[in-house]
Amino acid sequence: MLLLLLPVLSALASAVEVKRPRGVSLTNHHFYEESKPFTCLDGSSTIAFDWVNDDYCDCQDGSDEPGTSACPNGRFHCTNAGYRPQYIPSSRVNDGVCDCCDATDEYNSGFVCENTCKEMGRKEREALAQMAEVAREGFQLKQRLIEEASKGREDKQRTLAELQEGKKSLEQQVETLRSTKEAAEKPEKEAKEIHQKNWEEQRAAEQAAREQARAREAFQELDDDGDGLVSVAELQTHVELDVDGDGTLSETEAQTLLGNALQADASSFQDSVWTAIKENYKPEGLPDAAPLPEAPAEEAPEPQPDLPPEQPAPEDDYDEEEEDEADDDESNEEEPKVPPPKQPSDKVEEDVEKLPPYDEATQALIDAAQKAREQFEEAEKSLKEMEDSIRNLEKEISFDFGPQGEFAYLYSQCYELSTNEYIYRLCPFNRVSQKPKHGGAETNLGSWGSWAGSEENKFSVMKYEHGTGCWQGPNRSTTVKLTCGKETVVTSTTEPSRCEYLMELVTPAACQEPRDPSAADHDEL
Amino acid sequence: PSPRLSSRLGMAALVWTALCLASAIAVDRSNFKTCDQSSFCKRQRSVKPGSSPYRALLESLQLSQDSMKLQLVNEVNKVPLLLELYGLQGNMMRIKINELSPLHPRYEVPDVLVRDPPATWLAVTGRDDNSVELALGDSGHKLILTGKPFRMDLLQGRELVLSVNSRGLLHFEHLRHRCACPSPSFSDKVSSSVGSLWDKIKSLFHREEPKESAPADGTASEESEAAVPGEQESKEDRPDQAEEELGSWEETFKTHTDSKPHGPTSVGLDFSLPGFEHVYGIPEHADSLRLRTTEGGDPYRLYNLDVFQYELYNLLAHNTQRTVGIFWLNAAETWVDISSNTAGKTLFGKMLDYMQGGGETPQTDVRWMSESGIIDVFLLLGPAPSDVFRQYTTLTGTQALPPLFAMAYHQSRWNYNDEEDVATLDEGFDTHDIPCDVIWLDIEHTDGKRYFTWDSSKFPQPRNMLGHLAAKRRKMVSIVDPHIKVDSGYQVHNEIRSRGFYVKTKDGSDYEGWCWPGSAGYPDFTNPEMRAWWASKFSYDQYEGSMENLYIWNDMNEPSVFNGPEVTMYKDALHQGGWEHRDLHNLYGFYVQMATAQGLEQRSGGLERPFVLSRAFFAGSQRYGAVWTGDNTAEWDHMKISIPMCLSLALVGISFCGADVGGFFKSPDAELLVRWYQLGAYQPFYRAHAHLDTVRREPWLFGEENKALIRAAIRQRYALLPYWYTTFYHSYRSGQPVMRPLWVEYLDDVTTFSIDDQFLIGNALLVHPVTEQGAHGVQVYLPGKGEVWYDVHSHQKHHAPQMLYVPVTMSSIPVYQRGGSIVPRKERVRRSSDCMHHDPYTLYVALSPQGTAEGDLFIDDGHTYNFESKAQYLHRHFSFASNTLTARSADSKGIFESPAWIERVVILGAGKPAAVFLRQSGMPEMRLDFQHEPETSILTLRKPGVNIGADWSISLR
Repeated sequence: MLLLLLPVLSALASAVEVKRPRGVSLTNHHFYEESKPFTCLDGSSTIAFDWVNDDYCDCQDGSDEPGTSACPNGRFHCTNAGYRPQYIPSSRVNDGVCDCCDATDEYNSGFVCENTCKEMGRKEREALAQMAEVAREGFQLKQRLIEEASKGREDKQRTLAELQEGKKSLEQQVETLRSTKEAAEKPEKEAKEIHQKNWEEQRAAEQAAREQARAREAFQELDDDGDGLVSVAELQTHVELDVDGDGTLSETEAQTLLGNALQADASSFQDSVWTAIKENYKPEGLPDAAPLPEAPAEEAPEPQPDLPPEQPAPEDDYDEEEEDEADDDESNEEEPKVPPPKQPSDKVEEDVEKLPPYDEATQALIDAAQKAREQFEEAEKSLKEMEDSIRNLEKEISFDFGPQGEFAYLYSQCYELSTNEYIYRLCPFNRVSQKPKHGGAETNLGSWGSWAGSEENKFSVMKYEHGTGCWQGPNRSTTVKLTCGKETVVTSTTEPSRCEYLMELVTPAACQEPRDPSAADHDEL
Repeated sequence: PSPRLSSRLGMAALVWTALCLASAIAVDRSNFKTCDQSSFCKRQRSVKPGSSPYRALLESLQLSQDSMKLQLVNEVNKVPLLLELYGLQGNMMRIKINELSPLHPRYEVPDVLVRDPPATWLAVTGRDDNSVELALGDSGHKLILTGKPFRMDLLQGRELVLSVNSRGLLHFEHLRHRCACPSPSFSDKVSSSVGSLWDKIKSLFHREEPKESAPADGTASEESEAAVPGEQESKEDRPDQAEEELGSWEETFKTHTDSKPHGPTSVGLDFSLPGFEHVYGIPEHADSLRLRTTEGGDPYRLYNLDVFQYELYNLLAHNTQRTVGIFWLNAAETWVDISSNTAGKTLFGKMLDYMQGGGETPQTDVRWMSESGIIDVFLLLGPAPSDVFRQYTTLTGTQALPPLFAMAYHQSRWNYNDEEDVATLDEGFDTHDIPCDVIWLDIEHTDGKRYFTWDSSKFPQPRNMLGHLAAKRRKMVSIVDPHIKVDSGYQVHNEIRSRGFYVKTKDGSDYEGWCWPGSAGYPDFTNPEMRAWWASKFSYDQYEGSMENLYIWNDMNEPSVFNGPEVTMYKDALHQGGWEHRDLHNLYGFYVQMATAQGLEQRSGGLERPFVLSRAFFAGSQRYGAVWTGDNTAEWDHMKISIPMCLSLALVGISFCGADVGGFFKSPDAELLVRWYQLGAYQPFYRAHAHLDTVRREPWLFGEENKALIRAAIRQRYALLPYWYTTFYHSYRSGQPVMRPLWVEYLDDVTTFSIDDQFLIGNALLVHPVTEQGAHGVQVYLPGKGEVWYDVHSHQKHHAPQMLYVPVTMSSIPVYQRGGSIVPRKERVRRSSDCMHHDPYTLYVALSPQGTAEGDLFIDDGHTYNFESKAQYLHRHFSFASNTLTARSADSKGIFESPAWIERVVILGAGKPAAVFLRQSGMPEMRLDFQHEPETSILTLRKPGVNIGADWSISLR
């Protein structure tokens, strides 16, 4: 407001030239009256008027030498017609450096300065106009952003509410499905058990029949004389039945095997003798029993060193796309992809006799239960997902996106700036990073910390902290300065101090409400 | 900048050791040699005091107009030496000892002496069987030369001033062919065979020290036998076997092997200074000003390293009656032992000796040991400190008069990142209204550490940047180091290589070491053609992007070689003329700065005075620019130690010295930074500098209050620039140091002899900077019987001598003006010194108790040689006596027009006059307005308005 006004004032000033000592502003000129002794502005002393601007400092406050460099604490006023009036320290009067655009500060130094005020005024007005234009448009954009943010916020809150509502019903649903599942699993279990039991019984019966057949065969084999009885002698022909390990089957031993009898008929052989000898008995005329096929030794291949894939520290997950990319990058460098360890094969089990297929009724029960399980699991998964969404939403809603939420649109966006060496990437409210252009690891320049502007303008500066540590130094951090503009773009990145980065982000969200220049004029005049 | 934290902190470690404090950072001192690890030092030091095996052949004496020549012979190995003595004008004497006929020439240091010192007459005034007495010119000094054992005693009247070889430590390793013969148990045989000879020699000594001279028995025998030359040899054809046992032909330190094709070549000699308890000099040791004794420890080492930056060669001994200097001119690695017969005594013991009139006379013994070259020593016979300074600087030259801006404030950092950063910095000084003359660019400004180039993305338009600074009347300094990147795409490298200007390895190929750019060659700055070529690289068309306001900084010029032994070059590397690096190591940095300064001179057609800052230096470096104390740390003790470090340098002619304000490594807190700015404002070279890894510390980054304190300190510097400039002019003219220890001005005040926490600038200002954290006050010693001092801030008067307790706040910089002096100031402090060039002066007239004062002022254009070549200068003299202040020319040869005038005269200690009149010839007497403050007795005369070049007088009536 004041800035826009001043050119008007100075135009006035130059139009109505008021005679006053050099270096005195129009506002102060009444303190300097040629006809009277001059009293220092701080009242400390009074001097003859011809000591004013006589190039000797008499006043402690420097007020007697507004137009010379005599006082260390004096101020020189340049009118700068066509531009902005300005006070400069007295030490810059006649110092051979052009400070005032109207060149009035170099009146006796031998240096020639050009009056550049008009040019500067023009440039400034242009710049101001441009800035005002930008500010105006930016501010309009900001209004839209605010609207969007507020709508977005409402949407999100609504979504959140819906989600929370949905969550409740989903929870109920999950419970229902759990009951259904459990209800279906009970008959399934029973039917399966029956099926299993039947099968086992059947297998036992078959086994017994096989035993009987073997006993029969053995009996016939042993009963050399075909008298329907196995005698001690007949038994003794099978040395392998030797009990005490002396290599022969003695009579006594044979008798014992025959149940302390001298012979056994088919029935008693089958009932008792067979049980005693079947382990060692070798049928005649057959080669030695082939060695049992060795249980297929499960020589598991040397287990792959089980590298738990080093997940990068869990990052905020609202920015999945970004994260994925980042993860890819990191995994490319840090962990070679390890093929999953081979699943041990199920082949072993196959040697065991397979359970016969379920009967229709049982299968129906199983299918029903399976369906119930799947439904339950799906519901449970949906619930988890919903809970995640709720958490993310809650988190997003909890961010401070500015007094009117105007910065909300930056959330989950990223902006890049490419310099000679690096690509800088700012993901507002998330992190800042730097990646060498010609290959090399990405460096974290800080994760979202807080708004860090001055008290009046808290939302003009963002602070990102705790980035990758510096050798012998602090952890990297980045300060992001926000300025008003029509677009959202990172305009510069510097490292003023080692590992302390400074970024400038132009955004409409930083635009202030433009003041109506005409209104200001009216106010002031 | 620094190569590695660990190595550069070596200096820090020394500081800590000296102060007996524990350092928080472990420093690997083992990367640098002790005397024991330097084979020649060990050999030399193992020569114990006793009877010297050297005999002067008096019959060989040849006396010419201005010199005397005489042969010395080592009675044991019979190798003849040539002793040359010169009486020099101005009360000096030169002693040279070389081999009479060395196998090949031994190195004699060139280019350090400004000319062949003019000799005076010598005459033989007496003679007997075993001695000759010589008179040295008109100085009244006599030299008694004793034949056997060889020693020399210098007397003035009946008083013994100093003795040479009185402890028999002369040890001259002659050049020889390498012997293939085995060495075992040789010394046993020798010692038995020379036993009788030894006794014979011993009995001939005038002043023997039996307990030391007898061949030690038991465990020590091996060493002393090996060491005392007298025991080594009895047959001429046998080499000095013992010398060969101790790394004479090859030596390994860490992983580095030094081949020694010339074998043992070291030289050593001792001096005794009876009556002297206080010795100073030997910069640049990070230690107290006064040298400690080195008995039981390591000697002081003079070997330019990227850590110690130890240097220099002159040593001063001072007592209340006399000051003498010993200047040992040798550019090889050198060690100095100092011992004192009073070192172990308590103060009470010394007092007792004194009161009883008995006891021993205090005595200091000094011993110099150098690895190669010859013995070339100058005895500077004073008798006053100012005489010694004059004598030393007639030999090696005085401090070059720096351009005025170089005495102003310098802002440096490793690194200001780019042109925008520089522009912001420049603007910052104006925004915060803090004066600044120079902005510095460290190595990062170059294209990949290729000096003479610019990083094209960070500094695309260096001339624009320089032009912008020039418009503010500011300057810039860029770094140009002497290691050259080996890169066939780098023209500087290609030229040096094709011209064969690189230092060579012992095998004759170009030597390559490792430094900032990676693999780097080291130009042979000892070659005058190379220096001429180097100088030509600074012309504006050669150094692209350079302009008149760009000046140069030579860092790493020890030379620093990251992968070399002790971070420097191999000693067997070869220079022009086939000299080994061993012979001239300590000259390398001197030559780098010389060539660079010549370059800056030449680019202006010889008109402009150069400014070059160097880290390494040698005797004579004062002729080429400024030095700084190297890479210090942001700690209180490092700040404090900068005072004795710069004072030591000042004593050996190098006045333009400073320390990195704020400390190079680590980050200072606000209090330390403010105190350092306050200290730096009163040291000759005033530059803030910081390591790449430190946080920014421009003066305005520490809050308004601290900014105001820093601004005030810098402004004090600028206001005093006329006084600094005048004091530098005196240094240039007469060799007197700019920054001085108190004893230089107060010769007979023993209290001042050990003071190194305060100092003088010129002879008028005494500074006691606050160097303690959280200080509430300081103890200031005001010297001078019957003198007075005025606090320059409050103008309060103090009587001297006294130890004054001064309470301090954060804004305090205790500075006192000596009663009897007149100090010119410019009180209109502007953004740079150049802006103040035509500003008026204020004279501060501090009255002595007798109501007198005097002072002077030197003015010229501030930057050219016209003051020298065309006598374009003003040297004004001011004196106050009998209530009249008079201005006249101090030097009628100088003529210079200046628009500057006198705006104010402040008389401290004055009563209130009735009236004040200004008188100028040809003008009516004019009445001046004035103000008088009765409480402080300050009389301020308003606006005399006379031109600074005019003669006038002001009388108080």
